[in-house]
Amino acid sequence: MAQSVAQPTTTPTAVPAKLPIGAIVPWAVFFGILMLVLLYFVGAEQGATSVMNGDNVHEWVHDARHLLGFPCH
Amino acid sequence: MNSATVRNLLVRGMFAGLAAGLLALVVAYFLGEPRVDAAIAYEEAHSHEHGVEAVSRTMQSTAGLSTGVLVYGVAFGGIAALAYCFALGRIGRFGPRASALLLAAAGLITVYVVPFLKYPANPPSVGDPGTIGRRTTLYFLMVVLSVLLAVATVILGKRLAPRLGNWNATLAAGAFLVLAIGLAYAFLPSFDEVPKDFSATLLWEFRLAALAVQLTLWTSFGLVFGALAERVLVPKQVRAKGATRATPVAH
Repeated sequence: MAQSVAQPTTTPTAVPAKLPIGAIVPWAVFFGILMLVLLYFVGAEQGATSVMNGDNVHEWVHDARHLLGFPCH
Repeated sequence: MNSATVRNLLVRGMFAGLAAGLLALVVAYFLGEPRVDAAIAYEEAHSHEHGVEAVSRTMQSTAGLSTGVLVYGVAFGGIAALAYCFALGRIGRFGPRASALLLAAAGLITVYVVPFLKYPANPPSVGDPGTIGRRTTLYFLMVVLSVLLAVATVILGKRLAPRLGNWNATLAAGAFLVLAIGLAYAFLPSFDEVPKDFSATLLWEFRLAALAVQLTLWTSFGLVFGALAERVLVPKQVRAKGATRATPVAH
């Protein structure tokens, strides 16, 4: 009755198996770099450094840059 | 199979990041934009140069803000999903949803809160354009440093656990993190570029709004991604029964 302890079928956590590092690395390298490029354009392009001329990117994401905490100008 | 799992988690992470970005956008628009407008009003009252605006304020505060926040959400969603793939089953006995929430909390603290305490978000007209290069470099340096130190802390904690036990190992690794970040705070240069008569209340409210945006983003990411990841990782029958027995993990 009161011995509902250690009922294996009601254990709330299922610890997932590890994913092998070798299966993650190709995705991590390719998409990791892609995501960092996206962050660069939101966070720093045409502020501290520029790969494109003008300041249209800077002006377009201006408010987001301030509110997301990036140094803007 | 494993590679497909990584791909599934990555796609779901980016989707969860988009969903979290939408919620963060609502917070940014209603809490953040009034403060940005107030800061720009101050700027215009004190500035001598009145250039032509390339992008109107209306566009900046709606479409521009949306672009920035949503791209940020998707990008961090993807990165967090990849980190999740590495963390799964390696950070302790946590299920898919608990792992996702822990990872999101770690992301909020390392990617945002730790750098923010040293280099807080600034509204328009706070910050000298002459130092933008240095401030940007130091900000990104602080983010990278904070993430690396957090990873080192987790590894250190895991190494110490067999000798000290989980509790003391966590305390020791946490002390290492606090000490290392404290040293970084002490030795990296600071900037005080707030104009003399800029409203302290406005600055405080802007920074609180910026913090609220990130809190919303990472919390909702953790909850949404956890639910989505569980659907990938836990077979349907097991979830339906609610009997999610711990599977043995190889050591």
